[in-house]
Amino acid sequence: MKPRIKLPEAIKVGDVIEIKTLISHVMETGQRKDKDGNTVPRDIIAEFTATFAGTQVFRAALQPGISANPYIAFHMRVVGAGDLILAWKDDAGKTTTETVPITVAG
Amino acid sequence: MQDRRRITVVGRRDLMLTAGAAAVLMSALRSGARAQDKPLGVGLEEAMKKVLGDAKPTEGKIQIEIPEIAENGNTVPFSVSVDSPMTETEHVKALHIFAGGNPIAGIGSFHFTPASGKAAVASRMRLARSQDVVALAEMSDGRFIVGRRTVKVTIGGCGG
Repeated sequence: MKPRIKLPEAIKVGDVIEIKTLISHVMETGQRKDKDGNTVPRDIIAEFTATFAGTQVFRAALQPGISANPYIAFHMRVVGAGDLILAWKDDAGKTTTETVPITVAG
Repeated sequence: MQDRRRITVVGRRDLMLTAGAAAVLMSALRSGARAQDKPLGVGLEEAMKKVLGDAKPTEGKIQIEIPEIAENGNTVPFSVSVDSPMTETEHVKALHIFAGGNPIAGIGSFHFTPASGKAAVASRMRLARSQDVVALAEMSDGRFIVGRRTVKVTIGGCGG
């Protein structure tokens, strides 16, 4: 499922904006056993990155203590218009990438 | 208005998923209790040591927003921030969050750069039982600042 991303409505150069993200993911802890007593393998989003114009803005290294369907909010200093690249990488090797265009007023 | 409505929908769905996650945490805790002489995961001291190395953190100004009483330990909203100019020479490199009462103490490490503009993160964590949540701020000059908040967990404790 497509991640949800929320930005402020009006963005100006020089602003420090908050970016809110939400992605669907089971965040299986690796601690749980199935009904046959076998450990359910860990499958969490272990890494989330945010990059703007080749510069890393934010990176999260997550542990199983982060709730299912992880919500992550962070900030970015707006230096101009461009694409913010968000990437969620899980234990199963799946990477979900979203390109968020940042448009500035004026 | 539209935004507000959308947030409500997410909340409701989260709640449903949470019921399933409650079972997950319960079983995790039960297996944890069974294997007492073979501890699961990583303890608080060990997890903090990995970040700190030989450095000694000082008590300092870290804003930790987390409910004092969390009704549902499977999804406890939190936000952590540190005031900093966030320049090349003076910024917060990372915020490391721990919950020592969980089977695995580390919750997450959140890394910043001057491009972040602000050293702040918000997310949701699992808490197995009532405990202290610890935040460690790693500064660009190599210093560490520590802060903590006590959270009482109503459900998710499983008798803990």
